[in-house]
Amino acid sequence: MSYKLQFTELLPYWNVLLYGLLFTIVLTVVSTAAGIAVGTASAAARTFGPLWLGRIVAVYVELIRNTPFIVQLFFIFFGLPALGLKLSESTAAFLAMVINLGAYSTEIIRAGIEAVPKGHIEAGLSLAMSKWEVLRHIVLNQAFRKIYPALSSQIIIVMLGSAVVSQISAEDLTYAANFVASRNFRNFEVYLLVALAYLLLALLTRSLLRALGRVIFKAR
Amino acid sequence: MLQFSFWDILSNLLVATQWTIVLSLIAFFCGGIVGLILLFMRTSRIAPLEWFTKIYIEFFQGTPLLMQLFLFFFGIALFGVEVSPWAAATLALTFWTSAFLAEIWRGCVESIPKGQWEASSSLALSYIEQMRYVILPQASRIAVAPTVGFSVQVIKGTALASIIGFVELTKAGTMLNNATFRPFLVYSLVALIYFCLCFPLSWWAKKIEGRLNVAR
Repeated sequence: MSYKLQFTELLPYWNVLLYGLLFTIVLTVVSTAAGIAVGTASAAARTFGPLWLGRIVAVYVELIRNTPFIVQLFFIFFGLPALGLKLSESTAAFLAMVINLGAYSTEIIRAGIEAVPKGHIEAGLSLAMSKWEVLRHIVLNQAFRKIYPALSSQIIIVMLGSAVVSQISAEDLTYAANFVASRNFRNFEVYLLVALAYLLLALLTRSLLRALGRVIFKAR
Repeated sequence: MLQFSFWDILSNLLVATQWTIVLSLIAFFCGGIVGLILLFMRTSRIAPLEWFTKIYIEFFQGTPLLMQLFLFFFGIALFGVEVSPWAAATLALTFWTSAFLAEIWRGCVESIPKGQWEASSSLALSYIEQMRYVILPQASRIAVAPTVGFSVQVIKGTALASIIGFVELTKAGTMLNNATFRPFLVYSLVALIYFCLCFPLSWWAKKIEGRLNVAR
């Protein structure tokens, strides 16, 4: 190989890359929170809600789980304006990620809810707890404890998947990498650096979520 | 100006779908072969091999597939070899698939009771023989459902090859959208075609999984 890798040429662009990194982190954190909220609501609706609502949730989940994220993103960003709903790049990226994680977490949380023994719900109701109290303190509490590892890895998958939002020019880490590559033509160097940044981010997220899990679920 | 009817759009998308299918099949089968090699290395109890596979799997599972595509596309070019988007996409998807399949299959191998290993080694079987005749036949039964489930991820993963310029379903959708300015229709159809490809596989995976649970 006659080519010499030149990482020093990336130095002048450190602020672009840092901004991208922050954007990716913020996008992941915000859409994770919103996505899990959507997932919890849909999972509860599917197990305890009326039949028609459960059907709608099932269609939503299967539609999202069986199409690529990039197509969902393009549909939201390019397709919806045709119906009169115009979104900025970051809003579209955020919305697509919430919808995507919402569907996956619905399935994960539903599995957790179904693993809760029926006797626990009956016991809660017989102690004069309201339906909401049973859901909050008995069902979801136990469900989340069980599915926390699966949910954690889904969060990391979504974080890595967010690289795709660069394609609608939302200014995430991959967008920053493309920008730098288009300026100094050091494609391989910048993509290698950014790939390692993602790897580091994934490893950090994993250990952070593990620590968080230990704090949240330490009782017992 | 060229006019596109609904059928023109649909037939063009279906032509491109063939490439999505071809790319998925190649990535899945080549990835399966590489994944099997990785599985042997990972469970070999030879430290350097295990470390290598650990780092390999960590890298391919811990970085975005899009980055891997870029790295293959621009990385191979550094050696002075001209890379087509097709070659880069095939290589990146193969290695990406292999890392996930190796990890899925490792889980299946490790779920086989330790007594099976001990019994077969006391019968003087070598490591390869143990895997071939004792462990894999049992592990493969458990492995079918998650493997089929992962094939859905592979099909969805091929959509990213559009970004490095490989013309498959998503890229064809983008091109048709640029020509027709009917994004809602085009991307709905693209999503629908992906759904038709993926949903039967998801459904099948779920069915096999259910059957396994009954048998236990």
